[in-house]
Parts: sequence; structure tokens; C-alpha cells
Amino acid sequence: MFRNTYDSDNTVFSPQGRLHQVEYALEAVKQGSAAIGLRSKTHSVLLALKRSTGDLASYQQKMFRIDDHVGIAIAGLTSDARVLSNFMRQQALSSRMVFNRPVPVNRLVSAIADSASPLPPSPLWDIADIRCGGGAEAQVNTQEYGRRPYGVGFLVIGQDHTGPHLYEFSPSGTSFEYYAISIGARNQSAKTYLEKHYESFADCSLEDLIRHGLHALRETLQQDKELTPANTSIGIIGPAGKAEKDVATEGSFRIREGDDVKVYIASMVPKAVPEPAAAPPPAAGDEDVQMAE
Amino acid sequence: MTSIGTGYDLSASTYSPDGRIFQIEYANKAVENSGTAIGLRVKDGIILAVEKLVHSKLLVPGANRRIQTIDRHIGVATAGLLADGRHIANRARSDAASFRDLRDSPASLKWLADQIGMYMQAYTLYSSVRPFGASAIVGAVDKDGPSLYVVEPSGVYYGYHGAAIGKGRQLAKTELEKLKLSELTTREAAIEAARIIYLVHDDTKEKEFELELSWVSPETEGRHVPVPADLLEEAERKAKEALETFE
Amino acid sequence: MDHFPTNWGRPRNDAFDHYNTYPIPVRPQNNAFADSVQRTQQPIVTGTSVLGLKYKDGIMIASDTLASYGSLARFKDIKRLHQVGDFTAIGASGDMSDFQALQRDLESLIISEEVTEQDGHKLGPKEIHEYLSNVLYGKRCKMDPLWNSVIVGGFKDGERFLAYVDLLGTTYTSSTIATGYGAYIAQPLLRKAVEGKEDVLTEAEARKILEDCLRVLFYRDARSLDKYQIATVNASGPSISDSIKLETSWGFAEGIRGYGAQTQ
Repeated sequence: MFRNTYDSDNTVFSPQGRLHQVEYALEAVKQGSAAIGLRSKTHSVLLALKRSTGDLASYQQKMFRIDDHVGIAIAGLTSDARVLSNFMRQQALSSRMVFNRPVPVNRLVSAIADSASPLPPSPLWDIADIRCGGGAEAQVNTQEYGRRPYGVGFLVIGQDHTGPHLYEFSPSGTSFEYYAISIGARNQSAKTYLEKHYESFADCSLEDLIRHGLHALRETLQQDKELTPANTSIGIIGPAGKAEKDVATEGSFRIREGDDVKVYIASMVPKAVPEPAAAPPPAAGDEDVQMAE
Repeated sequence: MTSIGTGYDLSASTYSPDGRIFQIEYANKAVENSGTAIGLRVKDGIILAVEKLVHSKLLVPGANRRIQTIDRHIGVATAGLLADGRHIANRARSDAASFRDLRDSPASLKWLADQIGMYMQAYTLYSSVRPFGASAIVGAVDKDGPSLYVVEPSGVYYGYHGAAIGKGRQLAKTELEKLKLSELTTREAAIEAARIIYLVHDDTKEKEFELELSWVSPETEGRHVPVPADLLEEAERKAKEALETFE
Repeated sequence: MDHFPTNWGRPRNDAFDHYNTYPIPVRPQNNAFADSVQRTQQPIVTGTSVLGLKYKDGIMIASDTLASYGSLARFKDIKRLHQVGDFTAIGASGDMSDFQALQRDLESLIISEEVTEQDGHKLGPKEIHEYLSNVLYGKRCKMDPLWNSVIVGGFKDGERFLAYVDLLGTTYTSSTIATGYGAYIAQPLLRKAVEGKEDVLTEAEARKILEDCLRVLFYRDARSLDKYQIATVNASGPSISDSIKLETSWGFAEGIRGYGAQTQ
């Protein structure tokens, strides 16, 4: 019934010291459609491919706003994502309430990965009972019987006084900070693109950064699909771009969908399918993507 | 391990017929698969060093630290499952904080190592949890001077002059034994620690790595902090030089 | 007829239990105060005024070093100024044990903040003030206040900050703040000396203003002392002085009727 003796429980190590249930949870992330994150010196952006169950159905939600300065994109079980993003929102609000300070992004990510709370405990009194109950730590779900690891991966972007950031959170309870990263179905193709270009991202304008993101996202598409305003979500943090009007000066998190993303999709350089034509820089190397899965 | 697959190795609450608890041994395997971490207890302080394996070049260098601080004067380097290591560190932090709240003085490392040991041991008793797949080297300068302990997944802990866990521990231990640890200063020990990490890193098998180095020394007013950038740079340079002469 | 001998001769409780149905050990007390608690009604060991002002390079907070037990000058070398983290100093009047508990709480807050991530996000005076106001207001809402008036001052990211929070959770910011008796005696003097000159006053001038105010307070406030400390917070961080003796002259008092050895 099982693939081996050691993979039916999250409380069992294999003789090699591996946790198969956690590894399977990482596979659940790959069941979801791809999400991509990139960051420059001024901006962080998220791009995600939305799925729809049919012509009569709407497209799924791939991005969530956590606070003015934090947003996430998800891949995997949406309902797990909603639990975790709710928890993140509570933590973000508590930080604003207790300290009048936007929660530092790295601490918010740690709070869902392991139990490091962005709000340290007060030994003498609960601060007017506004501390949250906690209990969203992903690590615990990899260690205790009767639980399962979360089946969702997050890309978290945010900005604080140390600049824009991009983090990946995974069901194993770890989080890492990246220059650029992709998760979800066929993300390896996107990763290959990102690894090829990431060194140029730091100085990119918002428009260039998004174009790179779209090019990477395109690599995760199935054969006959393409990016459209209906299936593409773009999340942005940082100063307003050329095509944006309604952005506060501090560059809060916003999600661009539908008509708003047309301008970005139009800016993509077509894939040179037949032969490597003399395409301008960002497109160079688009065609040599290897599928790793 | 002849009992593999006989069913005696599926739970931490089960002994095998010859009296072993296989789940703890498997947890140790998780530690042994991870990047090396070492700790040095020397004349005037302690040094922690970690070989942080970098799984992608897209990672931001310097972020994603594997050495953590428990209390102002206590540091921890973990090897094994990353998330388990952070769980242990968080627990240790709240232990140290409650010690302070109760007694208005910083915890001694021996006491803290004992607390961590008891906590980790509790995860070896029940079928409803698994042991921690991580070991922790904790180091501090407390009221009794510099001290260093390693807490293992079984919950057992020992004090050390020099300790190594993770993949390259054998070679690292051999190198540590060559040093006169109780005569070194922290500055000298930082250089040695970097050299050992560079030495044990197997670049035929592993990808990139980053050296992480922290200390409690006379220069830090008793605090556990990352070593200053100039010392880290010097240590890395000397480590690379030593590597060339070694081979 | 009451069949319990222990009730004979005692008033019967007609409000409930007409027929004495309860066994004696579990008989309701019917005492409205049985479950009541009484919380802090007044401060016990108290510190008097704290003064704070903004000057050119930062902020200053001053207080004397006396903790009184009623009208008794009980502890004459108590520190009522406290450094919080790398950017903030606070000073408190009111109950000293409550203030010391606050100090311990802030210290553990600072340590866990410093130790947990080491990510460079440190709490500044604004955050400390917000936190304190939450703590004090939260306690007041539980009808169990921490009996203090606290001045929070600091300097972070090139910005001065000076604010007040008290046992009710009242907060305000101003370029001069005085608590306790000082609110009546010193605040007008501070306002006259500081308002409009926040960006010109030098450190020495600011110190002089505070000393003058403390002197007036020592002359007029029977719970004050001629030993004081000053906390300065500027771009190089907080520093709290040792206790300093106030120069006073009592020559004028000779002419006051009822003071000292009078012959007539």
C-alpha cells in the first residue's frame, strides 16, 4: 500500500534520517500552479499563474495581502494557505497595535515556519490580551502524531527599513531569503531562467523586473497555454511604476490582475521558437530551458 | 543495523529485542547528513562555526543564518533538520528568558544545556512524537567562564573543549584534537575554526557553502555575536591558504 | 423548626435556604464580599516629579533620586531613570516598585528582541512608548493600574522623541514635559525656557534649565531631594549621569517667619 515502511507517518524517521511525509508535503506544493518572486534594489514582485476549473468557473486566488508592506503568493493547498495567511495578518496587526510598527518581514515568515513569535512574551501581564494564540508553526506539524505538514508553499514579499525582501516558506518549516525564486508546478524551468538572469535583477526597473518574471512564469506553462490577463496575477511592492496611478508614495503591496496586467504581458518578448533570432537581452536564452521534472 | 524493517524501528517508544531505540539512531542520521558545525572552548571565550551548505545560488548571502543567539551571552549552532534546530533554539530562548524573569540574572550554560536535554529527551519517550532530527552545540561565557555543550537527539549532553557535529565531524574532531584549546585566544580560535570548516568541506560531493562564524570573546563584552567582518575575512583568507598547503 | 443545632441562636437567612437543606460544610456563606479582591488603591513608595525637554541634539530627562514612604524620605539614592535599548531612556514618578517591575519587563522585551533575530530591527522610543501605553492602559482597564507617570524620550533615525504616559493610559507628546508636582511648578518654567527654542538650545543650556527647575522644585516640593540624575539621548545614544548634588542657598530663608530658629 505504501511506497515503503517509513512513509505513512510524520513521526517516523527513515533509516537514512529522512522524513518521507514531509517530502510528500513538498510534492503537494508542486501540485499547485507556479508562483514566482523577484526582487530589485527598489521593488519586490510576485507573479503567479491562476488555474480555472472550466470555462464557467472563475480563476483561483493565488495572492493575498497581509499588510500594507507584506503580500504573499501561494502554491499548493489553498485552504492551508488561508489558515496561515490569517495567522500572518493577526501577527501583522498585533505588531501595529502593540508597537505601532509594521512587523519586520523576516519575523513574520519565521512566525509561521517555527514558533519564533514577532511579539516577545511579556512576563508580567498580557498586553491587554491582544497577543495571539499562536499555533501556526509549520515545524510542529512535522513532529507530532495526528497532524500533517502544511501542504502549501509561500512566497512572501515585503519591505521594511532594510529595503525590499523576498522569502520562501515551505511545509518543512523552513524559510529562506532569495534574490529570486519559483515554486509550484514545473517551477524548475522558471528557476533555470531566474538563475540565468538573477544577477541583473538588482538594478532593474519595475517594468523590467516584471518582464523577467513573466518570462520565467511562461516557462512553467503547458505546451498549448499562454499567459493572458485572465490567468496572470502580479503582486508589487515598491514605488509606482510607469503604468500605475493609484499607488501610495510608500509603495504598499498591490495585486494587479485582469486589464491591469495587459500592459506587462504586451511588453514580453515573444519566445523565439523556431530558431534563436536576434532577440534583445531579456529574451536571450529563453529557448534553452530544460525540463527537470 | 540488522533490525531494519523488522517493525522494531517504527516508533521512539519501541525497543528492539537487543535494547536499542532505532528512531533515535535514525534521528542521528539526519544530523550526520547535514553541514558540519563545530564549537571551540578556549582560554577567554568560545567560537561557533558552521559550514552552511547553499542549495541555490539564488539565496541571499549572509541571510538565513544557522547560528542563533539564545540569550545575550549564549549562542547555539545546530546541525540536522533546519526547522528542528530553530524549534530547539526557540525553546532554549524562552527557557533562558524565564530564568531571567524569575531570578533577575542570566542563566548558566550548564543549566540551559540541562533544560534543552530534558526537553529533547521528552521527544524520545512517546510514539506520538518523533525525536528531534538535530543536535545543538551551545556555547557561552557565564559566571563560571567559557563553557561548551553538545545536546544530542537522545537528550544526552556532554561538556567539551572542542566539539563537532554533522557530516565532517570525524575529520573536524581529529583537527580539533591537534589544537591546544585551553591556550588559544578567541581570535586565534576563530582562524582555526574557519580553517577546519574549509578543510572538512567536501567540494567533490557538495555544492557551494558559506562559512558562519560567531563568538563570545573579551571584545564583545560577554555577548554572543557574529565575528566582525574583518576577522571573518581574515579567517576565510587564511583558511583558503591553509587548504592549499594541506593538499 | 431548625433541626441543625449549630444554627440555633443564629439569625436565619430567609433570602434563600428556608428549610436549611444544605449540610453545614457546604452551606452558602451569602457573603457579598466573600469573593472580592481589593487592588492597588494608592502608591506606597513614591518618586516625585520627572522633567523632560527637547534640545538641539536630542532630549533630556531629569529626576531626583529620592523614593519617599509617605512623607518619610525613605530611600535617598534610588535610580528613577532607566535606559531601554539603544535609543531610549525613560523616567518615572509614582510607585517605585511598579516602575521597577516595568524596568524588568522592558529589559526582557529588549533582550528577546535583540536575541531572536539579530536582524537590525530595533525598538526605538516611539515603539517603546506605544508598548508602555498599551501595558499601562491594559492594566488600568483591569482596574489594577501600574501607579506611574512615565516620560519616554529618545533619538532614532535622526529624530527626537519625547512623550508622556501615565497610569490611566493617557498619552501626549510635547517639547517639554513634567510629571507630578513638577507639572505645576516646573512646567511653566520649562515652557518659557524651551518652547520655540528646541532647535537652538545647546546641551549645556538644556542642562542649566533642568537644574534650575529641579532647584525650584527642591525649594517648594517637600517630597524632593537635592540629588538628581540627568539622562541625555542624542545621536550617540542614551547616557545616564551619576547622581549630582544640587547647589542650593538657604540664606533667604532666614527672613521667613516660622522657618529655622526664630527668637520672637
